[in-house]
Amino acid sequence: MRPVTFTLNGAPRAAFAAEGQNLLDFLRRGVGDLSPKYGCGQGSCGACTVIVDGETRLACLMPAEDAAGRRVETAAGLDPQGRHPLQEAFMEHFAAQCGYCTPGMLMAARALLDRNPRPSRDEVIEAISGNLCRCTGYEPIIAAILSAAEARA
Amino acid sequence: MALHRGRGFAAINYPIGMNLGGDPSQALVHSNPDGKFTVALSAIDLGQGMKSVVRQIAAETLGVPVEDVYVDTADSDTGPHDMGSFASRGTHRMGNAVIRAAQEARSVMLEAAAEELEVDAADLVTDGRGNIHVKGAPSRSITTMAAAQAAQFRQGRTIAGRGIFLVPLSDVDPETGEMSPVTTFAHAAMLVEVEVDDETGEVAVTDMQSAYEVGRALNPRLVEQQLRGGAWMGMSHAAWETTEPCYPARDHGPVDFNTYLMPGPGDLAPHHISVLERPAEDGPFGGKGPGEMCANPVLPAVVNAVYDAVGVRIDELPVTPEKVLRALRAQGGARPRRRL
Repeated sequence: MRPVTFTLNGAPRAAFAAEGQNLLDFLRRGVGDLSPKYGCGQGSCGACTVIVDGETRLACLMPAEDAAGRRVETAAGLDPQGRHPLQEAFMEHFAAQCGYCTPGMLMAARALLDRNPRPSRDEVIEAISGNLCRCTGYEPIIAAILSAAEARA
Repeated sequence: MALHRGRGFAAINYPIGMNLGGDPSQALVHSNPDGKFTVALSAIDLGQGMKSVVRQIAAETLGVPVEDVYVDTADSDTGPHDMGSFASRGTHRMGNAVIRAAQEARSVMLEAAAEELEVDAADLVTDGRGNIHVKGAPSRSITTMAAAQAAQFRQGRTIAGRGIFLVPLSDVDPETGEMSPVTTFAHAAMLVEVEVDDETGEVAVTDMQSAYEVGRALNPRLVEQQLRGGAWMGMSHAAWETTEPCYPARDHGPVDFNTYLMPGPGDLAPHHISVLERPAEDGPFGGKGPGEMCANPVLPAVVNAVYDAVGVRIDELPVTPEKVLRALRAQGGARPRRRL
Protein backbone atom coordinates (compact mmCIF):
# COMPACT_ATOMS: atom_id res chain seq x y z
CA MET A 1 0.00 0.00 0.00
CA ARG A 2 1.19 3.46 -0.77
CA PRO A 3 -0.51 6.85 -0.49
CA VAL A 4 -1.77 8.52 -3.66
CA THR A 5 -2.47 12.24 -3.50
CA PHE A 6 -4.51 13.64 -6.34
CA THR A 7 -7.40 15.96 -7.18
CA LEU A 8 -10.83 14.38 -7.55
CA ASN A 9 -13.48 16.57 -9.14
CA GLY A 10 -11.62 19.68 -8.01
CA ALA A 11 -11.02 18.65 -4.40
CA PRO A 12 -7.70 17.41 -3.03
CA ARG A 13 -7.83 13.74 -2.02
CA ALA A 14 -5.44 11.18 -0.63
CA ALA A 15 -5.96 7.46 -0.24
CA PHE A 16 -3.91 4.28 -0.08
CA ALA A 17 -3.54 2.24 -3.24
CA ALA A 18 -2.52 -1.40 -3.23
CA GLU A 19 0.40 -2.52 -5.37
CA GLY A 20 -0.83 -2.90 -8.94
CA GLN A 21 -4.32 -1.59 -8.17
CA ASN A 22 -5.97 0.07 -11.13
CA LEU A 23 -7.55 3.51 -10.96
CA LEU A 24 -11.09 2.15 -11.29
CA ASP A 25 -10.77 -0.16 -8.33
CA PHE A 26 -8.99 2.57 -6.39
CA LEU A 27 -11.75 5.12 -7.07
CA ARG A 28 -14.56 2.71 -6.26
CA ARG A 29 -13.15 0.90 -3.22
CA GLY A 30 -10.43 3.18 -1.95
CA VAL A 31 -12.11 6.56 -2.46
CA GLY A 32 -15.79 5.58 -2.60
CA ASP A 33 -16.65 7.22 -5.92
CA LEU A 34 -18.98 4.65 -7.48
CA SER A 35 -19.76 6.61 -10.64
CA PRO A 36 -17.14 4.95 -12.88
CA LYS A 37 -18.48 1.46 -13.66
CA TYR A 38 -16.70 -1.86 -14.00
CA GLY A 39 -17.81 -3.36 -17.29
CA CYS A 40 -15.13 -5.57 -18.78
CA GLY A 41 -11.96 -4.73 -16.86
CA GLN A 42 -9.89 -4.81 -20.06
CA GLY A 43 -10.54 -1.51 -21.76
CA SER A 44 -13.14 -2.70 -24.27
CA CYS A 45 -16.41 -1.23 -23.02
CA GLY A 46 -15.73 2.32 -21.82
CA ALA A 47 -17.98 2.11 -18.74
CA CYS A 48 -15.07 3.20 -16.52
CA THR A 49 -14.16 6.27 -18.61
CA VAL A 50 -12.82 9.15 -16.49
CA ILE A 51 -11.00 12.35 -17.39
CA VAL A 52 -7.39 12.73 -16.22
CA ASP A 53 -5.77 16.12 -16.80
CA GLY A 54 -8.36 16.86 -19.45
CA GLU A 55 -7.98 13.58 -21.39
CA THR A 56 -10.31 10.59 -21.32
CA ARG A 57 -8.75 7.56 -19.72
CA LEU A 58 -10.01 4.03 -19.16
CA ALA A 59 -9.71 3.80 -15.40
CA CYS A 60 -9.52 0.00 -15.49
CA LEU A 61 -6.29 0.16 -17.50
CA MET A 62 -4.56 2.94 -15.58
CA PRO A 63 -2.47 2.19 -12.51
CA ALA A 64 -3.85 4.09 -9.51
CA GLU A 65 -0.36 5.38 -8.70
CA ASP A 66 -0.25 7.16 -12.06
CA ALA A 67 -3.03 9.44 -10.79
CA ALA A 68 -0.65 10.96 -8.22
CA GLY A 69 -0.52 14.72 -8.58
CA ARG A 70 -3.08 14.73 -11.38
CA ARG A 71 -6.62 16.03 -11.85
CA VAL A 72 -9.15 13.20 -12.04
CA GLU A 73 -12.75 13.92 -13.00
CA THR A 74 -15.66 11.48 -12.82
CA ALA A 75 -19.37 11.65 -13.61
CA ALA A 76 -20.07 12.24 -9.89
CA GLY A 77 -18.33 15.60 -10.20
CA LEU A 78 -19.99 16.81 -13.41
CA ASP A 79 -22.19 19.16 -11.41
CA PRO A 80 -22.23 18.47 -7.68
CA GLN A 81 -24.92 21.11 -7.10
CA GLY A 82 -27.43 20.10 -9.72
CA ARG A 83 -27.36 18.67 -13.21
CA HIS A 84 -24.75 19.35 -15.84
CA PRO A 85 -26.13 20.38 -19.27
CA LEU A 86 -25.04 16.98 -20.59
CA GLN A 87 -27.01 15.23 -17.87
CA GLU A 88 -30.04 17.39 -18.67
CA ALA A 89 -29.68 16.52 -22.34
CA PHE A 90 -29.35 12.79 -21.58
CA MET A 91 -32.62 13.00 -19.61
CA GLU A 92 -34.39 15.07 -22.25
CA HIS A 93 -33.42 12.65 -25.03
CA PHE A 94 -34.05 9.45 -23.05
CA ALA A 95 -30.40 8.55 -23.63
CA ALA A 96 -30.22 6.04 -20.76
CA GLN A 97 -32.07 2.82 -20.11
CA CYS A 98 -30.24 0.52 -17.70
CA GLY A 99 -27.78 3.37 -17.09
CA TYR A 100 -24.64 1.28 -16.81
CA CYS A 101 -22.83 2.93 -19.73
CA THR A 102 -24.11 6.41 -18.86
CA PRO A 103 -21.30 7.69 -16.60
CA GLY A 104 -18.69 6.65 -19.18
CA MET A 105 -20.72 8.14 -22.01
CA LEU A 106 -21.07 11.39 -20.07
CA MET A 107 -17.32 11.64 -19.49
CA ALA A 108 -16.49 10.84 -23.11
CA ALA A 109 -18.98 13.53 -24.16
CA ARG A 110 -17.66 16.02 -21.61
CA ALA A 111 -14.09 15.61 -22.87
CA LEU A 112 -15.30 16.03 -26.46
CA LEU A 113 -17.22 19.23 -25.75
CA ASP A 114 -14.32 20.65 -23.76
CA ARG A 115 -11.97 20.37 -26.72
CA ASN A 116 -14.57 20.80 -29.47
CA PRO A 117 -17.63 22.81 -28.37
CA ARG A 118 -19.50 22.37 -31.66
CA PRO A 119 -18.78 18.81 -32.81
CA SER A 120 -20.31 17.32 -35.94
CA ARG A 121 -22.39 14.15 -35.73
CA ASP A 122 -19.40 12.15 -36.99
CA GLU A 123 -17.18 13.67 -34.32
CA VAL A 124 -19.70 12.71 -31.63
CA ILE A 125 -19.82 9.17 -32.99
CA GLU A 126 -16.04 8.95 -32.95
CA ALA A 127 -15.88 10.30 -29.39
CA ILE A 128 -18.24 7.61 -28.03
CA SER A 129 -17.03 4.80 -30.27
CA GLY A 130 -15.09 3.29 -27.36
CA ASN A 131 -18.19 3.15 -25.17
CA LEU A 132 -20.58 0.22 -25.54
CA CYS A 133 -24.32 0.63 -24.98
CA ARG A 134 -26.63 -2.35 -25.10
CA CYS A 135 -29.97 -0.61 -24.60
CA THR A 136 -30.39 2.61 -26.52
CA GLY A 137 -29.10 1.90 -30.02
CA TYR A 138 -26.82 4.94 -29.54
CA GLU A 139 -29.05 7.34 -31.48
CA PRO A 140 -30.55 9.03 -28.37
CA ILE A 141 -27.04 9.43 -26.92
CA ILE A 142 -25.76 11.08 -30.08
CA ALA A 143 -28.81 13.36 -30.15
CA ALA A 144 -28.29 14.29 -26.48
CA ILE A 145 -24.63 15.21 -26.96
CA LEU A 146 -25.38 17.28 -30.07
CA SER A 147 -28.16 19.11 -28.28
CA ALA A 148 -25.99 19.79 -25.21
CA ALA A 149 -23.39 21.29 -27.53
CA GLU A 150 -26.03 23.47 -29.14
CA ALA A 151 -27.39 24.60 -25.78
CA ARG A 152 -23.91 25.58 -24.62
CA ALA A 153 -23.09 27.56 -27.76
CA MET B 1 -16.62 -6.34 -56.89
CA ALA B 2 -19.99 -4.71 -56.62
CA LEU B 3 -22.33 -3.36 -54.01
CA HIS B 4 -25.87 -4.67 -54.32
CA ARG B 5 -28.80 -2.95 -52.74
CA GLY B 6 -31.76 -4.89 -51.47
CA ARG B 7 -34.95 -4.39 -49.54
CA GLY B 8 -36.59 -6.83 -47.16
CA PHE B 9 -39.86 -6.95 -45.30
CA ALA B 10 -41.13 -8.81 -42.25
CA ALA B 11 -44.26 -8.71 -40.14
CA ILE B 12 -44.86 -10.38 -36.80
CA ASN B 13 -47.51 -11.06 -34.20
CA TYR B 14 -46.03 -11.05 -30.74
CA PRO B 15 -47.75 -12.69 -27.77
CA ILE B 16 -47.76 -10.73 -24.51
CA GLY B 17 -46.82 -12.92 -21.55
CA MET B 18 -46.77 -16.68 -21.27
CA ASN B 19 -49.09 -19.57 -20.47
CA LEU B 20 -46.91 -20.97 -17.69
CA GLY B 21 -49.13 -21.61 -14.67
CA GLY B 22 -51.29 -18.72 -15.82
CA ASP B 23 -48.30 -16.36 -15.67
CA PRO B 24 -49.41 -14.42 -12.57
CA SER B 25 -48.14 -11.14 -11.19
CA GLN B 26 -49.00 -9.75 -7.78
CA ALA B 27 -48.83 -6.20 -6.48
CA LEU B 28 -49.25 -4.64 -3.05
CA VAL B 29 -50.06 -0.97 -2.59
CA HIS B 30 -50.12 0.89 0.70
CA SER B 31 -50.10 4.47 1.90
CA ASN B 32 -47.81 6.03 4.44
CA PRO B 33 -49.04 8.60 6.97
CA ASP B 34 -47.78 11.36 4.69
CA GLY B 35 -50.37 10.35 2.12
CA LYS B 36 -47.83 9.03 -0.33
CA PHE B 37 -48.12 5.52 -1.71
CA THR B 38 -45.72 2.62 -2.07
CA VAL B 39 -46.23 -0.03 -4.74
CA ALA B 40 -44.39 -3.26 -3.96
CA LEU B 41 -43.55 -5.55 -6.86
CA SER B 42 -41.08 -8.35 -7.38
CA ALA B 43 -40.58 -7.82 -11.09
CA ILE B 44 -37.49 -5.87 -11.97
CA ASP B 45 -36.93 -2.74 -14.01
CA LEU B 46 -33.90 -3.52 -16.20
CA GLY B 47 -34.06 -0.10 -17.79
CA GLN B 48 -37.13 -0.80 -19.90
CA GLY B 49 -39.13 1.71 -17.84
CA MET B 50 -41.38 -0.68 -15.93
CA LYS B 51 -41.19 1.39 -12.75
CA SER B 52 -42.16 4.56 -14.59
CA VAL B 53 -45.14 2.93 -16.27
CA VAL B 54 -46.35 1.16 -13.14
CA ARG B 55 -46.02 4.43 -11.24
CA GLN B 56 -48.23 6.18 -13.79
CA ILE B 57 -50.77 3.35 -13.62
CA ALA B 58 -50.87 3.42 -9.81
CA ALA B 59 -51.19 7.21 -9.65
CA GLU B 60 -53.96 7.24 -12.25
CA THR B 61 -55.91 4.52 -10.45
CA LEU B 62 -55.45 5.95 -6.97
CA GLY B 63 -56.22 9.46 -8.19
CA VAL B 64 -53.08 11.00 -6.73
CA PRO B 65 -50.15 12.88 -8.30
CA VAL B 66 -47.52 10.65 -9.92
CA GLU B 67 -44.93 12.25 -7.60
CA ASP B 68 -46.78 10.73 -4.64
CA VAL B 69 -46.16 7.15 -5.76
CA TYR B 70 -42.98 5.21 -5.04
CA VAL B 71 -42.40 1.86 -6.74
CA ASP B 72 -40.36 -0.61 -4.72
CA THR B 73 -38.95 -3.62 -6.57
CA ALA B 74 -36.18 -4.15 -4.08
CA ASP B 75 -36.61 -7.72 -2.97
CA SER B 76 -38.19 -10.70 -4.68
CA ASP B 77 -37.81 -12.75 -1.47
CA THR B 78 -39.98 -10.50 0.67
CA GLY B 79 -42.12 -8.87 -2.03
CA PRO B 80 -45.33 -10.22 -3.56
CA HIS B 81 -44.92 -13.07 -6.03
CA ASP B 82 -44.14 -12.35 -9.67
CA MET B 83 -43.08 -14.50 -12.60
CA GLY B 84 -40.53 -11.87 -13.64
CA SER B 85 -39.55 -9.35 -16.27
CA PHE B 86 -39.64 -11.27 -19.55
CA ALA B 87 -41.95 -12.13 -22.46
CA SER B 88 -42.91 -8.46 -22.88
CA ARG B 89 -45.27 -9.02 -19.96
CA GLY B 90 -44.33 -6.18 -17.59
CA THR B 91 -46.76 -3.45 -18.57
CA HIS B 92 -49.59 -5.88 -19.17
CA ARG B 93 -49.30 -8.28 -16.24
CA MET B 94 -47.86 -6.01 -13.57
CA GLY B 95 -49.93 -3.06 -14.75
CA ASN B 96 -53.13 -5.06 -14.36
CA ALA B 97 -52.08 -6.33 -10.92
CA VAL B 98 -51.25 -2.77 -9.84
CA ILE B 99 -54.64 -1.47 -11.03
CA ARG B 100 -56.39 -4.03 -8.85
CA ALA B 101 -54.23 -3.33 -5.82
CA ALA B 102 -54.59 0.42 -6.28
CA GLN B 103 -58.37 0.15 -6.65
CA GLU B 104 -58.60 -1.65 -3.30
CA ALA B 105 -56.30 0.91 -1.63
CA ARG B 106 -58.28 3.75 -3.18
CA SER B 107 -61.55 2.47 -1.79
CA VAL B 108 -60.09 2.36 1.74
CA MET B 109 -58.63 5.85 1.24
CA LEU B 110 -62.07 7.12 0.25
CA GLU B 111 -63.68 5.40 3.27
CA ALA B 112 -61.16 7.10 5.55
CA ALA B 113 -61.83 10.45 3.89
CA ALA B 114 -65.60 9.89 4.09
CA GLU B 115 -65.39 9.25 7.82
CA GLU B 116 -63.51 12.52 8.32
CA LEU B 117 -65.85 14.54 6.09
CA GLU B 118 -68.93 12.76 7.47
CA VAL B 119 -70.21 11.93 4.01
CA ASP B 120 -70.81 8.77 1.98
CA ALA B 121 -67.63 7.39 0.38
CA ALA B 122 -69.57 6.83 -2.85
CA ASP B 123 -69.95 10.61 -3.19
CA LEU B 124 -66.21 11.29 -3.11
CA VAL B 125 -63.88 11.93 -6.01
CA THR B 126 -60.16 12.64 -6.32
CA ASP B 127 -58.70 15.56 -8.26
CA GLY B 128 -55.37 13.91 -9.06
CA ARG B 129 -53.53 16.68 -7.24
CA GLY B 130 -53.66 15.27 -3.74
CA ASN B 131 -57.22 16.22 -2.74
CA ILE B 132 -60.39 14.23 -2.15
CA HIS B 133 -63.68 16.11 -2.30
CA VAL B 134 -67.41 15.64 -2.49
CA LYS B 135 -68.58 15.32 -6.08
CA GLY B 136 -69.89 18.71 -7.17
CA ALA B 137 -68.74 20.40 -3.96
CA PRO B 138 -64.98 20.98 -4.18
CA SER B 139 -64.98 22.98 -0.94
CA ARG B 140 -65.91 19.89 1.09
CA SER B 141 -62.47 18.41 0.70
CA ILE B 142 -59.62 16.72 2.53
CA THR B 143 -56.06 16.12 1.38
CA THR B 144 -54.88 12.57 0.83
CA MET B 145 -52.29 13.26 3.53
CA ALA B 146 -54.96 14.23 6.08
CA ALA B 147 -57.02 11.18 5.12
CA ALA B 148 -53.98 8.92 5.47
CA GLN B 149 -53.10 10.43 8.85
CA ALA B 150 -56.68 10.06 10.08
CA ALA B 151 -56.67 6.43 8.97
CA GLN B 152 -53.38 5.77 10.71
CA PHE B 153 -53.78 7.71 13.95
CA ARG B 154 -57.54 7.98 14.58
CA GLN B 155 -59.49 5.36 12.70
CA GLY B 156 -57.06 2.46 12.99
CA ARG B 157 -57.43 1.68 9.31
CA THR B 158 -54.85 0.42 6.84
CA ILE B 159 -54.96 2.13 3.47
CA ALA B 160 -53.70 -0.80 1.45
CA GLY B 161 -54.65 -3.00 -1.44
CA ARG B 162 -53.74 -6.35 -2.95
CA GLY B 163 -53.83 -7.20 -6.62
CA ILE B 164 -53.12 -10.18 -8.77
CA PHE B 165 -53.46 -10.70 -12.51
CA LEU B 166 -53.74 -14.25 -13.69
CA VAL B 167 -54.79 -15.57 -17.07
CA PRO B 168 -56.16 -19.07 -16.40
CA LEU B 169 -53.81 -21.75 -17.66
CA SER B 170 -54.85 -22.98 -21.08
CA ASP B 171 -54.58 -26.75 -21.44
CA VAL B 172 -53.81 -28.38 -24.75
CA ASP B 173 -56.66 -30.30 -26.32
CA PRO B 174 -55.22 -33.82 -26.67
CA GLU B 175 -57.21 -34.46 -29.85
CA THR B 176 -56.67 -31.26 -31.80
CA GLY B 177 -53.68 -29.66 -30.08
CA GLU B 178 -55.70 -26.50 -29.70
CA MET B 179 -54.98 -24.07 -26.90
CA SER B 180 -55.25 -20.36 -26.15
CA PRO B 181 -51.97 -19.53 -24.45
CA VAL B 182 -52.22 -15.79 -25.01
CA THR B 183 -54.88 -13.13 -24.56
CA THR B 184 -53.14 -10.26 -26.32
CA PHE B 185 -50.84 -9.89 -29.28
CA ALA B 186 -48.76 -6.90 -30.27
CA HIS B 187 -47.80 -6.47 -33.92
CA ALA B 188 -44.97 -5.08 -35.95
CA ALA B 189 -43.91 -4.59 -39.55
CA MET B 190 -40.43 -3.70 -40.67
CA LEU B 191 -38.82 -2.67 -43.94
CA VAL B 192 -35.04 -2.81 -44.10
CA GLU B 193 -32.64 -1.70 -46.82
CA VAL B 194 -29.19 -3.23 -47.09
CA GLU B 195 -26.06 -3.02 -49.15
CA VAL B 196 -24.28 -6.31 -49.75
CA ASP B 197 -20.67 -6.34 -50.90
CA ASP B 198 -20.23 -9.43 -53.10
CA GLU B 199 -16.45 -9.40 -52.65
CA THR B 200 -16.28 -9.22 -48.85
CA GLY B 201 -19.72 -10.61 -48.03
CA GLU B 202 -20.37 -7.68 -45.74
CA VAL B 203 -23.95 -6.60 -45.15
CA ALA B 204 -24.62 -2.99 -44.18
CA VAL B 205 -28.08 -1.96 -43.10
CA THR B 206 -28.71 1.48 -44.60
CA ASP B 207 -32.30 2.22 -43.60
CA MET B 208 -35.01 0.86 -41.31
CA GLN B 209 -38.68 1.72 -41.40
CA SER B 210 -41.08 0.23 -38.93
CA ALA B 211 -44.62 0.28 -37.65
CA TYR B 212 -45.34 -1.10 -34.20
CA GLU B 213 -48.79 -1.70 -32.76
CA VAL B 214 -48.42 -1.67 -28.99
CA GLY B 215 -51.90 -1.13 -27.58
CA ARG B 216 -52.01 2.24 -25.92
CA ALA B 217 -48.54 3.78 -25.53
CA LEU B 218 -48.80 4.55 -21.82
CA ASN B 219 -45.56 6.50 -21.92
CA PRO B 220 -44.88 7.41 -25.55
CA ARG B 221 -41.28 8.54 -25.02
CA LEU B 222 -40.40 5.31 -23.23
CA VAL B 223 -42.10 3.31 -25.97
CA GLU B 224 -40.07 5.03 -28.66
CA GLN B 225 -36.88 4.61 -26.65
CA GLN B 226 -37.51 0.91 -26.30
CA LEU B 227 -38.42 0.43 -29.96
CA ARG B 228 -35.33 2.29 -31.15
CA GLY B 229 -32.91 0.52 -28.83
CA GLY B 230 -34.53 -2.88 -29.22
CA ALA B 231 -34.63 -2.71 -33.01
CA TRP B 232 -30.94 -1.91 -33.00
CA MET B 233 -30.30 -4.97 -30.88
CA GLY B 234 -32.28 -6.95 -33.45
CA MET B 235 -30.04 -5.54 -36.18
CA SER B 236 -27.06 -6.54 -34.12
CA HIS B 237 -28.37 -10.09 -33.83
CA ALA B 238 -29.21 -10.20 -37.52
CA ALA B 239 -25.81 -9.21 -38.85
CA TRP B 240 -23.19 -9.40 -36.13
CA GLU B 241 -23.62 -11.16 -32.83
CA THR B 242 -22.64 -14.78 -32.46
CA THR B 243 -20.50 -17.01 -30.33
CA GLU B 244 -19.44 -18.65 -33.61
CA PRO B 245 -17.28 -19.00 -35.64
CA CYS B 246 -14.56 -20.55 -33.59
CA TYR B 247 -11.73 -21.88 -35.76
CA PRO B 248 -10.17 -24.31 -35.52
CA ALA B 249 -11.71 -25.37 -32.21
CA ARG B 250 -14.67 -24.46 -30.04
CA ASP B 251 -12.47 -22.93 -27.38
CA HIS B 252 -11.36 -20.29 -29.86
CA GLY B 253 -14.84 -18.77 -29.71
CA PRO B 254 -15.34 -15.19 -28.57
CA VAL B 255 -14.88 -14.63 -24.87
CA ASP B 256 -14.95 -10.85 -24.49
CA PHE B 257 -15.95 -7.58 -26.14
CA ASN B 258 -12.88 -7.66 -28.36
CA THR B 259 -13.92 -10.89 -30.02
CA TYR B 260 -17.71 -10.83 -29.59
CA LEU B 261 -18.75 -8.42 -32.31
CA MET B 262 -21.45 -5.82 -31.87
CA PRO B 263 -22.11 -2.84 -34.11
CA GLY B 264 -21.10 0.50 -32.68
CA PRO B 265 -22.48 4.01 -33.11
CA GLY B 266 -20.59 4.28 -36.41
CA ASP B 267 -22.70 1.47 -37.90
CA LEU B 268 -26.06 3.11 -37.22
CA ALA B 269 -28.77 3.19 -39.84
CA PRO B 270 -31.61 5.70 -39.73
CA HIS B 271 -34.72 4.13 -38.21
CA HIS B 272 -38.10 5.71 -38.92
CA ILE B 273 -40.66 4.52 -36.40
CA SER B 274 -44.44 4.71 -36.49
CA VAL B 275 -46.36 3.72 -33.37
CA LEU B 276 -49.93 2.55 -33.84
CA GLU B 277 -52.14 2.66 -30.79
CA ARG B 278 -55.02 0.22 -30.56
CA PRO B 279 -55.89 -0.15 -26.88
CA ALA B 280 -55.99 -3.78 -25.77
CA GLU B 281 -59.24 -4.89 -24.16
CA ASP B 282 -57.55 -6.62 -21.26
CA GLY B 283 -54.54 -4.29 -21.04
CA PRO B 284 -54.00 -1.74 -18.27
CA PHE B 285 -55.44 1.45 -19.77
CA GLY B 286 -55.14 -0.43 -23.07
CA GLY B 287 -51.38 -1.07 -22.86
CA LYS B 288 -49.68 -4.19 -24.22
CA GLY B 289 -45.90 -4.43 -24.32
CA PRO B 290 -43.33 -3.28 -26.86
CA GLY B 291 -40.57 -5.34 -25.18
CA GLU B 292 -39.04 -8.14 -27.18
CA MET B 293 -41.15 -7.44 -30.21
CA CYS B 294 -39.04 -4.42 -31.09
CA ALA B 295 -36.08 -6.66 -31.99
CA ASN B 296 -37.85 -9.56 -33.67
CA PRO B 297 -38.96 -8.30 -37.09
CA VAL B 298 -35.49 -6.95 -37.90
CA LEU B 299 -33.96 -10.40 -38.31
CA PRO B 300 -36.24 -11.83 -41.02
CA ALA B 301 -36.33 -8.42 -42.72
CA VAL B 302 -32.53 -8.37 -42.99
CA VAL B 303 -32.42 -11.94 -44.32
CA ASN B 304 -35.07 -11.06 -46.91
CA ALA B 305 -33.17 -7.91 -47.88
CA VAL B 306 -29.99 -9.92 -48.46
CA TYR B 307 -31.96 -12.33 -50.64
CA ASP B 308 -33.36 -9.37 -52.56
CA ALA B 309 -29.88 -7.92 -53.01
CA VAL B 310 -27.83 -10.91 -54.09
CA GLY B 311 -30.24 -13.82 -54.42
CA VAL B 312 -28.90 -15.98 -51.61
CA ARG B 313 -31.09 -17.22 -48.80
CA ILE B 314 -29.20 -17.27 -45.49
CA ASP B 315 -31.07 -19.56 -43.12
CA GLU B 316 -28.81 -19.42 -40.10
CA LEU B 317 -28.22 -16.26 -38.05
CA PRO B 318 -26.36 -14.03 -37.95
CA VAL B 319 -25.81 -13.13 -41.59
CA THR B 320 -22.02 -13.01 -41.40
CA PRO B 321 -19.73 -12.15 -44.33
CA GLU B 322 -18.52 -15.76 -44.30
CA LYS B 323 -22.02 -17.18 -44.80
CA VAL B 324 -22.81 -14.68 -47.52
CA LEU B 325 -19.57 -15.46 -49.38
CA ARG B 326 -20.05 -19.24 -49.13
CA ALA B 327 -23.61 -18.89 -50.40
CA LEU B 328 -22.49 -16.61 -53.24
CA ARG B 329 -19.82 -19.08 -54.25
CA ALA B 330 -22.31 -21.96 -54.24
CA GLN B 331 -24.66 -19.92 -56.37
CA GLY B 332 -21.94 -18.82 -58.76
CA GLY B 333 -22.10 -15.13 -57.93
CA ALA B 334 -24.58 -12.46 -57.00
CA ARG B 335 -27.96 -12.65 -58.63
CA PRO B 336 -29.95 -9.63 -57.59
CA ARG B 337 -33.55 -10.73 -57.30
CA ARG B 338 -35.05 -8.08 -59.48
CA ARG B 339 -32.84 -9.33 -62.31
CA LEU B 340 -33.83 -12.96 -61.80
